[in-house]
Amino acid sequence: MCDTCGCNVTHGNAHLVTNDGKLAQTEDGKSAITVLQNLLSENDHQAAHNREHFDRRGILAINLMSSPGAGKTALLEATIDALGDEMKIAVIEGDLETENDARRIRDKGVPAVQISTGSACHLDAHMVHDALHHMDLDGIDIVFIENVGNLVCPASFDLGQHRNITLLSVTEGDDKPAKYPVMFRASDLVLLTKADLLEVLDDFDPQQAEHHLRHLASEAPVLQIAARRDIDIDSWIQWLRDELAAQQDRAENNETVRPNIQPDGAALHLDGDHSHEHQHHHHHNHDHNHS
Amino acid sequence: MHELSICQALIDQVENIARENEAVAVKAIWVQVGPLSGAEIPLLEHAYPFAAAGSMAEDAELILESMPIKVHCRSCGAESEATPNKLICGQCGDYHTDLVSGDEMLLARLELDKLTH
Repeated sequence: MCDTCGCNVTHGNAHLVTNDGKLAQTEDGKSAITVLQNLLSENDHQAAHNREHFDRRGILAINLMSSPGAGKTALLEATIDALGDEMKIAVIEGDLETENDARRIRDKGVPAVQISTGSACHLDAHMVHDALHHMDLDGIDIVFIENVGNLVCPASFDLGQHRNITLLSVTEGDDKPAKYPVMFRASDLVLLTKADLLEVLDDFDPQQAEHHLRHLASEAPVLQIAARRDIDIDSWIQWLRDELAAQQDRAENNETVRPNIQPDGAALHLDGDHSHEHQHHHHHNHDHNHS
Repeated sequence: MHELSICQALIDQVENIARENEAVAVKAIWVQVGPLSGAEIPLLEHAYPFAAAGSMAEDAELILESMPIKVHCRSCGAESEATPNKLICGQCGDYHTDLVSGDEMLLARLELDKLTH
């Protein structure tokens, strides 16, 4: 999100920047300033910087989000097994505590940096930037960022990734997209994980899950996968291959892409405008003289 | 929840703007929050005093404005109100819609106290 060109001005707040806006009147001796700046603009600025790191090297960056235990790390293990010879993968792991997940990835011969967030419920762009400095990106094709297991907070923070993937394990309930709209609305792909359990679960309907997703105005594809059993992994692998090819094309043309989380206005700023003047002030000094 | 870190980012931004404008104090802060931003207004209200303590905005009034969810339909062109988990077109029911408003998390406006002589 940017604060220079007015793309923050929506139907909802346009009245604030017009002279007759309801907030334009101020008391004497005070100064009112219209700002319209995203509260997370500092994070977004860092995220754009991270994305440049990836784009310069033609790397595809993917943010994996889900509730705890939906199978993010198992998906990565299966993906490394399937694609390890074909492309070079690196992983950033986010958890409150332990190196366990990074160790599982390293056991597969893939570089992994663990971010221990302490009590923080999500990764932010600064944490990912720090992790990138502990990582040799030369020759890497895909960086997976495994976010903290949480269907709420990670959706609000741009990390510099190109795509958001949300995992929904079939033991969790098919109404999760309706319950966590902010998260699922931000998804570029939804993976229904542990799909081999569908035959023994009578209360998860994949069509119902997709129905709830469409109600969020999402066009994201929905794939079923059973990573632990290497079932149905082919369509996921093909999606990755296609996305990597698309990212490499974009990198050659100095283009980039942001995940679904970004409002449409962000698309206006992919033309290399990296102005640091990201504050847009309107001064309304009222120097009325009351005698 | 991450509302405290959002409030800390808010205070940082507010103080920067206040300093740039040579203000001595911040009197009021208008923030717009949409239901799809991921931030909850009551939680922001609770977290704000902790973030504002000791800052130029310590005594500022925080005005949190809840933004409506509105979608524009790519199929029929209608603009309609929507709810967080039902963002389809209110007119024709198509799900090919774009969000017009409702995911804002913006510092909209500040009222600053300046020394006037």
